[in-house]
Amino acid sequence: MTHAGNNSGSYLDAPHGIASWLLTKDHKRIAILYLISITVFFMIGGLFAAGIRAELLTPAGDLFTADLYNKVFTLHGVVMIFFFLIPSIPATLGNFLVPIMCGAKDLAFPRINLLSWYLYLIGAMLTLGAVFMGGVDTGWTFYTPYSSMASNTNVTLAALGVFIAGFSSILTGFNFIVTVHRMRAPGLTWFRMPLFLWAMYATSLVMILGTPVVAITILLVGAERALGFAIFDPRVGGDPVLFQHLFWFYSHPAVYIMILPGMGVISELVAAVSRKQIFGYSVVAYSSLAIAIIGFLVWGHHMFVSSQSIYAGLVFSIITMIVAVPSAVKTFNWAATMYKGSITWESPTYWVIGFIGLFLVGGLTGLFLGAMGLDVHLHDTYFVVAHFHYIMVGGGVMGFLGGIHFWWPKMTGRTYPETAGKIAAILVFVGFNLTFFPQFVVGYLGMPRRYHAYPEEFQILNVMSTGGATVLGIGYLLIVTYLVASLFKPRNASANPWGATGLEWDIPSPPITLNFETEPIVTEDAYNYIGRAQKAREN
Amino acid sequence: MSHISSKGLYYTIFGTLIAMTVVTVAIARIDLGALNTPVALAIAAFKATLVILFFMGVKYNTPLTKVVAASGFLWLIILFGITMGDYLTRAWIGFPGR
Repeated sequence: MTHAGNNSGSYLDAPHGIASWLLTKDHKRIAILYLISITVFFMIGGLFAAGIRAELLTPAGDLFTADLYNKVFTLHGVVMIFFFLIPSIPATLGNFLVPIMCGAKDLAFPRINLLSWYLYLIGAMLTLGAVFMGGVDTGWTFYTPYSSMASNTNVTLAALGVFIAGFSSILTGFNFIVTVHRMRAPGLTWFRMPLFLWAMYATSLVMILGTPVVAITILLVGAERALGFAIFDPRVGGDPVLFQHLFWFYSHPAVYIMILPGMGVISELVAAVSRKQIFGYSVVAYSSLAIAIIGFLVWGHHMFVSSQSIYAGLVFSIITMIVAVPSAVKTFNWAATMYKGSITWESPTYWVIGFIGLFLVGGLTGLFLGAMGLDVHLHDTYFVVAHFHYIMVGGGVMGFLGGIHFWWPKMTGRTYPETAGKIAAILVFVGFNLTFFPQFVVGYLGMPRRYHAYPEEFQILNVMSTGGATVLGIGYLLIVTYLVASLFKPRNASANPWGATGLEWDIPSPPITLNFETEPIVTEDAYNYIGRAQKAREN
Repeated sequence: MSHISSKGLYYTIFGTLIAMTVVTVAIARIDLGALNTPVALAIAAFKATLVILFFMGVKYNTPLTKVVAASGFLWLIILFGITMGDYLTRAWIGFPGR
């Protein structure tokens, strides 16, 4: 990482004061507001996770009652998915970088962008309100008929929070799509766009096409609880499994809302740390779209044991195998990019390698669960818990943290200690594997998820898991510590500390409010590292 | 969008929508057997099409806007089609004794 002097006149130096932040229309400031918000919710969700792992340290249910445990794992899921993972990369790095990578002054609709943050906050506050009023115990999936007919916890309030936060997601996606279509700089053709933009575009499609469905579904659950609608009540012709269809129509693609942005981040980082053009750029770009589209056709693989037709299950199973292909394409292409690359061992490199390793395990174990016969054995066990954490944390969170480490100097104008960045990446990687790999084993052996007690023979694996979670937690705390500490130091980041290509690296760190002094003109393909190196040698 | 529709067109569409609402209510009073739901849905779809084409101005907009509008319906067809695929094929495999 190279260092440089101050940059006055940046977006951080524009009018100060709380009002200037709370009423800002600057996409970069909104990104920072989101970053602070989601970090708070990550910590809240993390506290619930710590409670779960502490309970599971011993076979007996001695820390929480069964009812309280139900609430703890529900709130862990609700907070982490709806208020951290879904907005994580799009609302922070996406908000900050999409206009800059497009060569634009801001997003297409700056006021709508601010509105999305307020909607997110309102949704989050309502859900937190549900926590303080006694919690909710349905699991993050809000499955009927329990959620609609039986649970006497604060389902309606929590669901309303998720419903409102959904609109925040739709507005962000809408803003990105219009910006990418309409506001690209001269010369920035579709196939010169950074792959992060392709990933954000594909993610936005999923947000816009899927989120309304879950919003309506949640509204139906609320209507059924409050007004006695009978959409999901079998006694009067409704069907609880219909809820699962509607819910997973959004919530499976929502996995791609969480992972596609991470893939976009990793594509940027792989090229930068390898000093090479991405291997098979256009294939990687198209694979983002393929994941977004095919990802809408696989939702029934969550429902193999739900009374869903075996024929529907067969079709969902086959398409699940197909959706693995574009993900594999990306993974192979990242590896091919690194092959014979001039790899620099800076902290983003560690996050890249960690992401690829964890995502690989998460993706491959997804194939186990997509196979109908095997899923009957593994369904609702810790194998599933391990699989989706490898995807969402191993992929989503590693991608997010990799991106934060890569663009932190650009966002704040400050560098962080490189050694601490590397140690944190190693701690998170080791802690994560120690937490979740034993869960594959204990799940395969038959330990069901969502219980606060378990047979004694599973204890050693659960102790490993809790130990790993402690290491993981220390890793996360270390990151928060050195990143926050860096904010109290003078600005020292150069415009391009990694020597990377891309419009964001051609402007000062941190950028000025309108991003560019003059409208940029793009004259080369993305990731032209080799061309730039040759030109530098000639000069 | 540069196209400006005449007031007469808007009033015609509005009148058609009101008329179709009356038709929906009237038909609901007649028992069409298996056709009850399909007829109601067909009228609703016709009304939605009018709103999208004229009130939302999609008819006079760019091809990209038309693709965006159409993709919403394509996704709705995917949601309904595959979900119905489940319901229609559930009974294809019987249970022992049945």
